[in-house]
Amino acid sequence: MAAPVSSVGKPSAERPPFSSTSFQKKTRSKLISIPGTRPSVQNGQLLVSTGVTSLDYLLGGGLAVGTVLLIEEDRFDSYSRMILKYFLAEGVVCRHELFVASAQDNPDDILQELPAPILDDVAIHKPVEQPRLSCEPQDNLDAMKIAWRYQNLPKVQSALASSSRFGHYYDVSKTMEPEIRQAAKCHRFYLPEHPTQSSTTHSRMIESYSALLKSLQEVIHREGFDLSTPMSMSRNILRVGLHSLGSALWNDDLSCHDDPMHSHALTTFLYGLRALLRSSLSVAVVTVPSHLIQDQALMGNITRLCDNAIALESFKGSERETNPLYKDYHGLLHVRQVPHLNCLASQLPDHKDLAFKLKRKQFSIERLHLPPDLSETVSRVSRGELAGAAAVASACGSGTSGNKHLDF
Amino acid sequence: MFTELNSILNATPDSFTQGEFILVSDRQSDASFLIHHFLSFYLRARCKVCFLGLVQSFSHYSAISQRLGVSLTQAREKGQLIFLEGLKESLSILIPQETTTGSQAMDFLRDPTVGLQRLYEFVRSSVSSDGGGEEGVEEWGPPVLLVDDVSVLLSLGVSAGAVLDFSHYCRATVCSQLQGNIVMLVRCHGEEAEDDGSDEGSEWLLKGLTHQCSLTLHVQGLPTGYCRDIHGQVEVCWRRRRGDGQHTQKKLFQYKVHDKGASFFAPGTSSAVL
Repeated sequence: MAAPVSSVGKPSAERPPFSSTSFQKKTRSKLISIPGTRPSVQNGQLLVSTGVTSLDYLLGGGLAVGTVLLIEEDRFDSYSRMILKYFLAEGVVCRHELFVASAQDNPDDILQELPAPILDDVAIHKPVEQPRLSCEPQDNLDAMKIAWRYQNLPKVQSALASSSRFGHYYDVSKTMEPEIRQAAKCHRFYLPEHPTQSSTTHSRMIESYSALLKSLQEVIHREGFDLSTPMSMSRNILRVGLHSLGSALWNDDLSCHDDPMHSHALTTFLYGLRALLRSSLSVAVVTVPSHLIQDQALMGNITRLCDNAIALESFKGSERETNPLYKDYHGLLHVRQVPHLNCLASQLPDHKDLAFKLKRKQFSIERLHLPPDLSETVSRVSRGELAGAAAVASACGSGTSGNKHLDF
Repeated sequence: MFTELNSILNATPDSFTQGEFILVSDRQSDASFLIHHFLSFYLRARCKVCFLGLVQSFSHYSAISQRLGVSLTQAREKGQLIFLEGLKESLSILIPQETTTGSQAMDFLRDPTVGLQRLYEFVRSSVSSDGGGEEGVEEWGPPVLLVDDVSVLLSLGVSAGAVLDFSHYCRATVCSQLQGNIVMLVRCHGEEAEDDGSDEGSEWLLKGLTHQCSLTLHVQGLPTGYCRDIHGQVEVCWRRRRGDGQHTQKKLFQYKVHDKGASFFAPGTSSAVL
């Protein structure tokens, strides 16, 4: 999995001269080559990684450029915020530009909390001049004995400024070093800093949303992410992260009332966002506190105006946290919607019972299964009562409770 | 164009019923593949097609139609297809600029209380514009209006009553006056609402449109849950007016969408289970 997929974004001149084989990768020059992207195998869409490798797999290889990923927040917004940070950190490592908007925390705070990338085989634009650790000379002495063919390969791709690999792993316990972080260009939108002038021209959208949309459009035009602008030499991807849309801090009353006054504000904004993204080289992740929104039909409309939609359901604070059935996981993940883009059939996931767990170096999404019951007191259902208990046995995970009597 | 669906509906591009209002609806599933079917079907039938694409960009529709063997760009250049790209038109209204150059059709975004009059005027002018007797202009068959999808209008703040008015006006113009066809897609959320007292706009819209239409294709997810090999079921319901009053006929199929088409089969006869 960690094999670098660097050939996507590299011109063929960079290929090492000793590659004697005639088997060469077919390069399509008309594809836009941007580091950190790859074309989809299914429909040729340009994909970017979300920063979570297993989420990429779930979404059919990655997020297509020009689409929106909706994340329904878990109750304490801890894991959805984590995915948003992964998404932004991946952008920093791939040298994409960022656009971060929030009404709650300052975007700078979000950026400071980005997890540190684990870069074992890919060099990054770190100041290399500083003295390396003592493991460096030891590496040189330790000549590779098994894979002698690879001896002449350059150790690190130091020529490449940014990592063109697709998808990275991150260490959650550390934050990203400021040098790496500041190398990426970042645009911020912090709602309290944008005084909203009360204009009555848009009855459908609240001022905060239209200010956000306007600011995003300005960035897209100014920095040349527009697809309509002439092909310049360097194209880049704009990653848009919008935090907690629909919450009360965006002056939205979706989550406050049963019958909100601005019930069409968020859907109209998402329609405008889709229009903006489809005509530019940008990709967005939006988190919405869906558990606060009472109206399920409204939530369905919001989902349909995004392309991908996943929902996180954390066990934190619920009685499931202590349930032995879920002891391996931190929460459940529901796939609400997969996109149909430029093709009739969408890439459907194999199954929909998914759970996630956050490890130190990886956010992994797995198929939910029962843990093996290895304790000594485990009760095996004897053959006689199997018929009666068959229906219950599959549903009840904590089988250690009863049935002391044994027939033999 | 899916040939299996053509045989179910008993229609070919050479001979199809005129003056029909076809309603495509979905619930817990995605019925947009049927819109692509009808788009390529009517383009092959040499109809003059007016397409209101409100949810996706033109390139999306074009890429899929390419797979189904129809070129939208060519049809557009020849004047057979009139395409309203809602996403592109809406941007200049949602983000006001000094020079507003958007077409009038999406004017409801500016003030939703106006209703969909401008959109209707756009439809009427595009379906009824005859070539003006010019030389070299190809003659097209009966006009067809396709809308993908109507429920987006609700999300943008238009009331369900306004959408029903719009569809009624379109039906009067396209189906009755010009003997053309209409295909509309409505997407509903989740489970069927049991209590009708709620303000479910899309449910009400679905009922109203079902009342107006002559053929419904209702796409649902499988009642037994998610399956990888069967994507859902579609209920086809004809409402024919004969001499002896109303006559309805229903058929139920399961379907699977492929890369370049879809297959329909009787319930329980999927190749995955046989």
